Amino acid sequence: MTTATPAIETRGLTKRFGAMTALDDVTVTIPAGSITGLLGRNGAGKTTLMHVLTGQDFPSEGEARVFGQRPAENASVLQHIAFIKESQKYPDDFKPKHVLTSAPWFFENWDADFAAQLVDDFRLPLNRRIKKLSRGQLSAVGVIVGLASRAPLTFFDEPYLGLDAVARQIFYDRLLTDYAKFPRTVVLSTHLIDEVANLLEHVVVIDQGRVILDSPAEELRGRAASVIGPRAEVDAFLARGRVETLHREELGGTASVLVDGIDDVVRADALNSGLQLTPVTLQQLIVRRTGGVLNDAAAPAAEAAALRGRRTAGARR
Amino acid sequence: MIDEGKPIFLQIAEQIENDIIEGALAEESQVPSTNEFAAFHRINPATAGKGVNLLVDEGVLYKKRGIGMFVATGARDVLITKRRTQFVDDYVRPLLTEAAKLGIDPRTLSGLIQDASAEASAEPAPSRAHG
Repeated sequence: MTTATPAIETRGLTKRFGAMTALDDVTVTIPAGSITGLLGRNGAGKTTLMHVLTGQDFPSEGEARVFGQRPAENASVLQHIAFIKESQKYPDDFKPKHVLTSAPWFFENWDADFAAQLVDDFRLPLNRRIKKLSRGQLSAVGVIVGLASRAPLTFFDEPYLGLDAVARQIFYDRLLTDYAKFPRTVVLSTHLIDEVANLLEHVVVIDQGRVILDSPAEELRGRAASVIGPRAEVDAFLARGRVETLHREELGGTASVLVDGIDDVVRADALNSGLQLTPVTLQQLIVRRTGGVLNDAAAPAAEAAALRGRRTAGARR
Repeated sequence: MIDEGKPIFLQIAEQIENDIIEGALAEESQVPSTNEFAAFHRINPATAGKGVNLLVDEGVLYKKRGIGMFVATGARDVLITKRRTQFVDDYVRPLLTEAAKLGIDPRTLSGLIQDASAEASAEPAPSRAHG
């Protein structure tokens, strides 16, 4: 599915705002024709990266290329991009119907029938002033524009604030079926990692402005697991040095350690030592990799409770 | 239906294999398209395609140009042979490990298996009897 030119390529990309470094030496490649998750905590630099990639901001250092070209002030690139952001502003008097009638001026692949079907799916009132829409309805406007524009490169930056679980599922389903019919490049930035994990082909994780994970999603599955067993056995397993410890908990004589770097050899070693291996989700892996809880809404209560009593054995990068 | 901790494409391949072994997908019948698998399991189409292609590489499925994917003749026997070799690793060894932990020797274990098997054939209903 990938073509020769990647959809996005950055090299040493750095963005500073005064003394603050928002992006620090970011080098990533996002293949064309993929759904990529751009994940990380609030303030990690995800939105800054998308601003640079969509030509709304200039790099301080390094380079960003979209479809092989610099995006800033480059109409031939920018016309192929849809950027759906949480904080999208509309003219004061606008109603959703005005958004949908003006969208085809900007997106040559705009499908009005698909947009109309999505309006029904999300039960969006077309004639209400945008200012009077609920938060979820406002998010639906963005999601509809992002899907029906079928832009070769679409960014969804936290697109669904206020959308309920049913509406989010509609978004995922429509995205998957339409993406299958009209392959394109989609970059999805979200805190709801568990919900989107299976949709992703590629995962990029940013923490404090740096890329800490850039990998095909399938390679991440099974790479991390919790190793559970008698403390002495677990410690002996860890001492063999084949895995990296991300998180450790103990209860009585039992230790449960979240480790990264599992392969067939390590798995066999653990099982032969009588240890249990419990899979962890992409979300758990990223929470531990980014040093805490992603945000309050995404973190289940149990996770927060576990954190209060946590003891970190391994070094974080 | 999709488990954590295991590549999704392997799970897709295994589910197709199960359907072939159980007869839900007959030999020479057409299998769903990659996009249908993706929509049904709510997974990325490229991932579903990787699972299907794995079975094409193994000769279990074959492609009819412009029509779709089909189950190869003889696929069921091939899969059953493959699963039988895995059976010892996947089921028998873990069973022996657990039995050893509880002090059940292999002879007693084999007696337990025969008892359970006799019970299962005596009462076809899935509900379990008391004790």
